[in-house]
Amino acid sequence: MVLLPISAVVAKSTSGGMGNFWDQVTSPPAVAALKLTVICSLIVVAINAVMGTLIAWVLVRDDFRGKSMVNAVIDLPFALPTIVASLVLIALYGNTSPIGIHLAFTKPAVVLALCFVTLPFVVRAVQPVLLELDREVEEAAASLGASGPTIFRRIIFPSLLPGLLSGVALAFARALGEYGSLVLIAGALNTQVASVFIRTQVENGNYAGASAISVVLLAASLVMLTCLTMVQRWGSKHDR
Amino acid sequence: MIASGTASRFTLRGIVLLYLGFLVLAPVGLIFYRTFEHGLGPVIDTITTHNFLHALYVSLLTVAIAVPLNTIFGVAGALILVRQEFRGKALLNAVIDLPFVLSPIVIGLSLFLVYSQIGWFGDWLDRHGIQVIFSTPGIVLACIFVSLPFVVREVMPVLREVGTEQEEAASTLGASSWQTFWRITLPSIRWGVGYGVVISTARVLGEFGAVTIVSGSILGGTQTLPLLVPPFYEKFDFTAAYTTALVLALLALTALFAMNRFKPKEGAR
Repeated sequence: MVLLPISAVVAKSTSGGMGNFWDQVTSPPAVAALKLTVICSLIVVAINAVMGTLIAWVLVRDDFRGKSMVNAVIDLPFALPTIVASLVLIALYGNTSPIGIHLAFTKPAVVLALCFVTLPFVVRAVQPVLLELDREVEEAAASLGASGPTIFRRIIFPSLLPGLLSGVALAFARALGEYGSLVLIAGALNTQVASVFIRTQVENGNYAGASAISVVLLAASLVMLTCLTMVQRWGSKHDR
Repeated sequence: MIASGTASRFTLRGIVLLYLGFLVLAPVGLIFYRTFEHGLGPVIDTITTHNFLHALYVSLLTVAIAVPLNTIFGVAGALILVRQEFRGKALLNAVIDLPFVLSPIVIGLSLFLVYSQIGWFGDWLDRHGIQVIFSTPGIVLACIFVSLPFVVREVMPVLREVGTEQEEAASTLGASSWQTFWRITLPSIRWGVGYGVVISTARVLGEFGAVTIVSGSILGGTQTLPLLVPPFYEKFDFTAAYTTALVLALLALTALFAMNRFKPKEGAR
């Protein structure tokens, strides 16, 4: 069910020999697409690491009316079909934008769409750790004269790190392969990410080329999966 | 205590609410407005067209096939992974997570390369008159693939937590393994299963990338609801696009609601 189709992709990508595989991967449009994908994903992951931690912080430590609703909103991008995400974002930030922001078919639009779909990952990875954090240690540090930022850097951040990293890894993997949410908002040539590029190659009948880029994405997914396992192992060691 | 000052607390809260507002709430809220912008008439026209109803039928049919299969596989897979030791277990564990991190487009392409006419099984399927790609079986396959990890991953931690004591007690008292499964194991993991089923359903209903490759998008033939959106949009039939999106969003919200109902109960048990 899983291994057979994936081996078909690997086989197809090298069907024209390794030289052909290399040519497909290093063709200028393929390189441009891969570069855009990686750069946008890195930006998105950086935004997520900061905003995700901040959101988790506010959800755990702050208290205000409607907080449970905010908490539910976090899962919305996860439950919402990606094509709906694409349509809602173009409704607000496209050419008919009611607030006058026109981002359609620009690189910020790619970042925006990816931020939307990856929102839950970091928040949901950091939130449970933050909930279980022993606040007495923070209080002790404060009574010994540590300032707010010092407490965060020396006490809170180290315990959040494993959770944060696994959230970041998941978000990065998701961002690299995202397709549905980008269809309407970023499909044009200069905003073609890897998955959109693969789709175009399939439509043009260039299956070997499509497979070659797929193998690159597949390798990236496997690397992220390995990182995730390592982070989780490291995290459980950290607990003990 | 950090951020205990009222000012910094309000600043943080403000930043978070603004971010979520512009990223999630405002765009999602806007589709409600856009859908009903021209009144209820065009909305009803859209959802009563043959195309729409057929796509809805295909989507629901896909859920009806893919989700039960994944549930059975998921519970069996979780039982094997938690309760048994065998060679290659780590590999199986990693393979199950693969659909979760892999691009849906790559998943679609991989199925295409196996089951389409140019694929590995193309000749054989062709000779037996079975069409998988560009037809409903292909969509079902793609959806099973993308939602494979959900039930397994939700059930595994619950299984670990409940342990084997009750099952052992049951079998000492003479229960067959089948009876033990139905009477002891299944009831104790039911919340995990329920949560996994809800997430799988949401994912299957909304899947776009993998389905877009294997369905070939023949109008009235093998469209699912998400696949209807881009053609509507490209033909400037915005109300139809927003209406379809709204129906999908409402289904997603129902799933979200169900998810939140499963979660607290799991904790309270």
